[in-house]
Amino acid sequence: MRIRTKAANPLSPLCTKLRSRIGAEKVVDDPTELETYACDGLAQYRVQPGLVVLADDADDVQAAVQECVAAEIPFVARGSGTGLSGGALPRADGVLIVAARMRGIKTIDPDDVCAVVEPGVINLDVSRAAAPHGLHYAPDPSSQQICSIGGNVAENSGGAHCLKYGFTTNHVTGVELVTPDGGRLRIGGRAAEYPGYDLLGAYVGSEGTLGITTEVTVRLTRDPEDVRTLLAAFETIDEAGAAVSAVIGAGVVPAAIEMMDALAIEAAEVAVGCGYPEGAGAVLLVEIDGPATEVQHTFEEVQRHCAESGAFEVRVAKDDTERALLWRGRKSAFAAVGRISPNYIIQDGVIPRTTLPEVLHAMTELASSAGVRVANVFHAGDGNLHPLVLFDAAVEGEEERAEEVSGAILDLCIEHGGSITGEHGVGVDKAKHMPKMFTADDLDTMQRVRCAFDPAGLANPGKVFPTPRMCGEVPRVHSADEARNDRRADEATPNGAEVF
Amino acid sequence: MGDAVPLNDSTAVVDTVADVQARYVATPESTEQAAAVLRMATERGLKVVPRGTATKLEWGKPPDRVDILLDTSRLVGIVDHAAGDLVVRVRAGTPMSRLAGTLFPKRQRLSLSTRLPVQDGYVGGTVGGTIAANPSSQLRYGFGTIRDLLIGVTVVLADGTIAHAGGGVVKNVAGYDLGKLLVGSLGTLGVVTEAVFRLHPAPSATRLVTVEVDQGEIAGWLAAALRRAQLAPSAVEVDAWNDGAVTVGVLVEGVPNGVVARSEAAARILGRDAEITVVEGPSELPDWWLSPATDAAGTSLRIAVPPSVAGPMVDIVRATSARAGVTVTCRGSLGAGVLHAGLSGEYDVEPVAALVEELRELAAKHEGTVLVESAARDVHRALGKRGTDAFGPIPALPLMERLKHEFDPDRVLAPGRFAGAI
Repeated sequence: MRIRTKAANPLSPLCTKLRSRIGAEKVVDDPTELETYACDGLAQYRVQPGLVVLADDADDVQAAVQECVAAEIPFVARGSGTGLSGGALPRADGVLIVAARMRGIKTIDPDDVCAVVEPGVINLDVSRAAAPHGLHYAPDPSSQQICSIGGNVAENSGGAHCLKYGFTTNHVTGVELVTPDGGRLRIGGRAAEYPGYDLLGAYVGSEGTLGITTEVTVRLTRDPEDVRTLLAAFETIDEAGAAVSAVIGAGVVPAAIEMMDALAIEAAEVAVGCGYPEGAGAVLLVEIDGPATEVQHTFEEVQRHCAESGAFEVRVAKDDTERALLWRGRKSAFAAVGRISPNYIIQDGVIPRTTLPEVLHAMTELASSAGVRVANVFHAGDGNLHPLVLFDAAVEGEEERAEEVSGAILDLCIEHGGSITGEHGVGVDKAKHMPKMFTADDLDTMQRVRCAFDPAGLANPGKVFPTPRMCGEVPRVHSADEARNDRRADEATPNGAEVF
Repeated sequence: MGDAVPLNDSTAVVDTVADVQARYVATPESTEQAAAVLRMATERGLKVVPRGTATKLEWGKPPDRVDILLDTSRLVGIVDHAAGDLVVRVRAGTPMSRLAGTLFPKRQRLSLSTRLPVQDGYVGGTVGGTIAANPSSQLRYGFGTIRDLLIGVTVVLADGTIAHAGGGVVKNVAGYDLGKLLVGSLGTLGVVTEAVFRLHPAPSATRLVTVEVDQGEIAGWLAAALRRAQLAPSAVEVDAWNDGAVTVGVLVEGVPNGVVARSEAAARILGRDAEITVVEGPSELPDWWLSPATDAAGTSLRIAVPPSVAGPMVDIVRATSARAGVTVTCRGSLGAGVLHAGLSGEYDVEPVAALVEELRELAAKHEGTVLVESAARDVHRALGKRGTDAFGPIPALPLMERLKHEFDPDRVLAPGRFAGAI
């Protein structure tokens, strides 16, 4: 879809105000320039924003939000624009507030094992800055070379290593944000916890609907003493799946355990020549890390389980260079599919890991009956599937068929007790699927949180929820007098025996 | 209201919350019945406090009023233990010990407690109570707290709405994470009736390495050295009294060979007086490891500071308590920076309230906080006189009050128990 603003920008008055408040060069209204912000990493949705604000600091973000609030204009936050669910899709009638310039790493503190960074800081740059201290930032989405921490907080990003180390929400201890009413607020900080409701827990992963992050405090993780990586090749997906079950069943928690099927391997081979074993119907990439003695024991166990499950070849990385080589095929897989298909949809469903073989067979049937090719790349340890549904947009009907298959894959995930998204978020793309996973009451309850943060509904409207909830009256604060009245009302309450 | 919910009038002393007498006890057997109780309470203007095994019912401020204790003792049972997926779905009234007892034979655990299921009558809190109260965990250094392990939740709101969030898989970012909001909410936002947790494999070997040092500050240096090492311990704990030695305990879990090497490396860091204990069951863990810092009657402070400040904080707690004439036990996660100060014995409430404020000032210099986890009513009153409360200053309090208003506009659930006007 494509929505263009008219020549006379209805946001002109706001534009003028903002320019005088934060500086003309930070407010973009040139249509050509606006067009470059029309989509995030999910390019099939495009909306040219009404205005773009390139914020340099929290004051700029706050000024932009305050002006939006005053004019009742919706706003959308954007980091690096790598999101895969259209979470940062702009509004034609709204302002896109871009945090990409806020790239300051304020503190790397090895004593408190934390970093304080601005939201536009690139994920990998946090680990790079922490590296001299033997520390790193654990969440490592595949886009970590370009995605921003602010975006990670919005999406609760995962990554290949979250099986063992957890997601963004497990590593963020504090945020500073501009609230949807234009205020500034600090939630959490350097300590592990703070009194009161865990607002941080609700905020991380709220996809920009509860405010705009202006600073993040993250916990850093000690580099493991040893890391060992192997690639195991199997003739069939079933054998690879059995190996995963055997490893997990043995009480091993790998740092990562990734699977690719034949089509994904073929694509990676064409793109980066990763040299995976020929004739593999599936490969498993398993990484074990931790204290050296533990790793040695566990790694041997993993090798044994792979062999027993039918691996016809197991390659062990001897050093970091070889490890990078083994990972190369996996890390390039999404982009690589572009080499074997003009277009594709990246899906992000989750299933209980033990249902993997069953779901994969159902998916194969689904794809072949629809005449659509599906390449599979997934985080096998936690059942997070990334089927890549291939199509050629130039051929009539292919895109629709691909979308049908993609949607049917999500249905499969839900039928098997899984989720419609493991790490890419709901955004605009999957809001329509939310009712398949949650009841109206579930969604309404979630939106009560939204009403507390954003009663006017201006922060990233149209994302996450299929229908907005009308927020009630502005809440009154309960006074001590009322509390006393509550106690007096005690006498007026009915007899329980009649009540029930 | 359809199925009758078992309900009794109550005048029993056990049916109180912080000395506030409940009038009725409801014992729903299902989420729907719990919803019926809450719907009725809202309609009739009755106040409700949920109760599990009542191990932490004194936590928070004394509620303004309790009409109904919503007792979860019939809301029990493991709904599904998907061992291959390392996930368990359990009803909220299930005791944590029973949950551990179900998981243990499959060599899995909910990584919150080092307490194994024991046969000596130990029951412990319930699943729902553990979510609502959010007790700190020794294993938080290695595994986080219940917020990090809770992946799905069923909750009943004050108006009887039944809502789910999260789901049955670990990796899931669909919708808001309501489970985390309920963690530590002391039953003021809703009543949890069912929860889904991610599990971990139980370790095949465990060792505890301990050492006694003179001061908290030295304990802090040891914790810093452990943080720099790559031994990945599951817990780094401290135990101290008013005076005398400060004990540091490091729990190492894993495969047998690995645990031997890692515990020896930890002992080298802790110094030549370090002792290694092979742990095959809870009886080999020291008493201090298995007991909270305070008894039920005492005042318990929960002090959260950045990790590097935890050691010096132990000394500060000891010195300020001594000046206030209070006997103190200071225990907790030296590694994560979350300590408990248990005040016991005979003491006047005014000096205790002053002590809380003094500790808050000192902690605040390092972005730290002091929560009064539980205390007698007169301590709460003394805090009130000083213009503060058990929770202390919270920058986001107005937002929390709005959240309470959205979830429970009539203040049906545990009114007065939480921060500010919640």
